[in-house]
Amino acid sequence: MTIWISVVIAGIINYLTRLGSILLIKPERLSESAKKILGYVPSAVFPAIIFPAVFLNETNTIVQINDPKIIGFFVAIVIGYISKNIISTIIAGLISYWIVIFLF
Amino acid sequence: MSKKKENLLKGFYDVSPLLLPVVPFGIIFGAIGIELGFGPYITYATSIIIFSGASQIVFFQLLSNGASSIIAITSSSVVSTRHLLYGAVVAQYLSKLSLMWKIFLSYLLTDQAFAVSQEFFKKNSNDEYKHYHLLGAGLTLWIVWQLTTVIGILLGSIVPEELGLSFTIPLTFLALLINYFRKIDHLIVIFLSGLSSILFYNAPLKSYIILSCVISLFIIFLINKFQKKI
Repeated sequence: MTIWISVVIAGIINYLTRLGSILLIKPERLSESAKKILGYVPSAVFPAIIFPAVFLNETNTIVQINDPKIIGFFVAIVIGYISKNIISTIIAGLISYWIVIFLF
Repeated sequence: MSKKKENLLKGFYDVSPLLLPVVPFGIIFGAIGIELGFGPYITYATSIIIFSGASQIVFFQLLSNGASSIIAITSSSVVSTRHLLYGAVVAQYLSKLSLMWKIFLSYLLTDQAFAVSQEFFKKNSNDEYKHYHLLGAGLTLWIVWQLTTVIGILLGSIVPEELGLSFTIPLTFLALLINYFRKIDHLIVIFLSGLSSILFYNAPLKSYIILSCVISLFIIFLINKFQKKI
């Protein structure tokens, strides 16, 4: 039973983090510089998801420089920079990662 | 085609490539819930009630490692705090909507839906029905997440681990940043946040994500302020 209560509480708090700003923030009250800073939100959040997943291994230590994930990561950056296309970036990263793990 | 339907479908199309990691992740999550002994009902309930892959995994892992409910709830909530920032960004475009719309769309505000819809909002800020884009993207993710959780619960880890599909998670988020690769200020934020996330990865209660956001946003705020003065 306690697990159900925990799930519901975690769910409510999680939902409030999504609703909170949408409900409370009045755009007309945001200063220009606040709006500018909010423009950086994707660039501030996503790397915190990306970097540990690429540069740390299961034991939370930094991976080797020739780790397949590092190679996939840099190939994806190059292809992303050239193509500006989301699908090609993901596919290029995944295929180069597979080439390294399956062929070498 | 009506503008509403057009935006709804655009949301669906825009978010589709991002489903690549969501499908295996949902299946793996369902399987992990069963493996850790939470049973099918609790496992599935988290996908409806919490509906956030990262928070759900943290929640289950901590509980199964013997952590107290308080620690599990707090940590999964700290992981969710990034949504406050997402909300602040989309609030600029959704302020005129009714309360019911805000309540419903908030539930659908996931990482991927936020990523594609905020781009759409920026380009179509005058579109009266722009929120249908978030509805389309959010519902797509919701349906896929529910289905794949159930598949994982019923069939177990049918995704071969050798394929290393968990690597598609960082790849997808990386792909979402490609539009910023050419902007030096964004690159600074990306680098600062990434570096902070590695440095603070072991910070208590999984706070490294929100810590990295706050640090990188604060530094770019200082840089912008300093630049204005010179």
